[in-house]
Amino acid sequence: MSTRIVEIRAKVMKQNDLLAHLLRERFKTSGVSVVGLVSSPGSGKTAFLEKLLSGLARDFRVAALVGDLATENDAARLKRATPNVRQITTGTICHLDAQMIEKALEGWQLDALDFLFIENVGNLVCPSSYDLGEELRFVLLSATEGEDKPLKYPTIFNSSDVAIITKMDMAEAAEFDVAAARRNIEDVRPGMQIFEVSAKTGSGMQDVFQFLRDQLAHSLETRPALQIETAQ
Amino acid sequence: MHELSIVLSIIDEIGDESEARGLHNVEVVHLKVGIFSGVDRGALLFAWELACEGTPLERSRLDIETVPLVIYCSVCRQNRTPPSLYRLCCPECKTPSETVVTGRELEVVSLEVAA
Repeated sequence: MSTRIVEIRAKVMKQNDLLAHLLRERFKTSGVSVVGLVSSPGSGKTAFLEKLLSGLARDFRVAALVGDLATENDAARLKRATPNVRQITTGTICHLDAQMIEKALEGWQLDALDFLFIENVGNLVCPSSYDLGEELRFVLLSATEGEDKPLKYPTIFNSSDVAIITKMDMAEAAEFDVAAARRNIEDVRPGMQIFEVSAKTGSGMQDVFQFLRDQLAHSLETRPALQIETAQ
Repeated sequence: MHELSIVLSIIDEIGDESEARGLHNVEVVHLKVGIFSGVDRGALLFAWELACEGTPLERSRLDIETVPLVIYCSVCRQNRTPPSLYRLCCPECKTPSETVVTGRELEVVSLEVAA
């Protein structure tokens, strides 16, 4: 039996990408700065996020979505910093996708927020394929992991916008070579901004706050004009 | 491993296309996968077998074309193949590049259908 070829040319992620695009537009119009956090499990995403929320909550309206396979522990922990926290429990799924974000946002007034953080499931592989509509993606690497993590997971490091080296208070004890880590990040994602922080001591966090403030100011400047009917 | 989720998206997409175009008996699905897409070829093939069971694609074969990583060198003004996936620089002038030209593809290219 003969066969014929039918052209399809369809992006596999198009459903997710389309939804992520719509979310990004919604975030922009609402004037909320949305930051995704990705890292391996145990690299300190939640501790970092806790510091971000409590540090920013003094001057800004902040919220967070946190993804995990199971338990609501992270949400409970983050609620100490702000009540605006929702847990996304993915079951067996190793990443968040745009649909999960859309669903988790139901009922939230986005224009009443300045910052929304989305903590992905701890995984350096799968989340790289899924756009969540975030404005920036932060990839975290802790001082207790190997300096060559960026080289081992180039896709996620390359698809991120900012690198955060966490647990810097433990760098010396772990004999972490921060210069090598920076070089490796630069190799996989030339020009990427890097911050060195410790959520425990608070060192380096001020620089991240300043970066986020600048980012928010920038996104508000470029915010699409609201369609308000003005009386003549 | 997120390849099973990806395969399920592909099966949905082909289902929609087949219905829209009245296609039956898909024998081969041609897929383009960039080496920098974060998706593993072996895991895709494994997931394909599992996910197609009991569907109209049960007897189909997944054919994967791997797309290499190509970056643009702004100094040489040319597309270049970097020395490795974890060293995004020009192999000639060594200038780092953040412009990925190819390597992130994840696309259903075509179907081979029994005529």
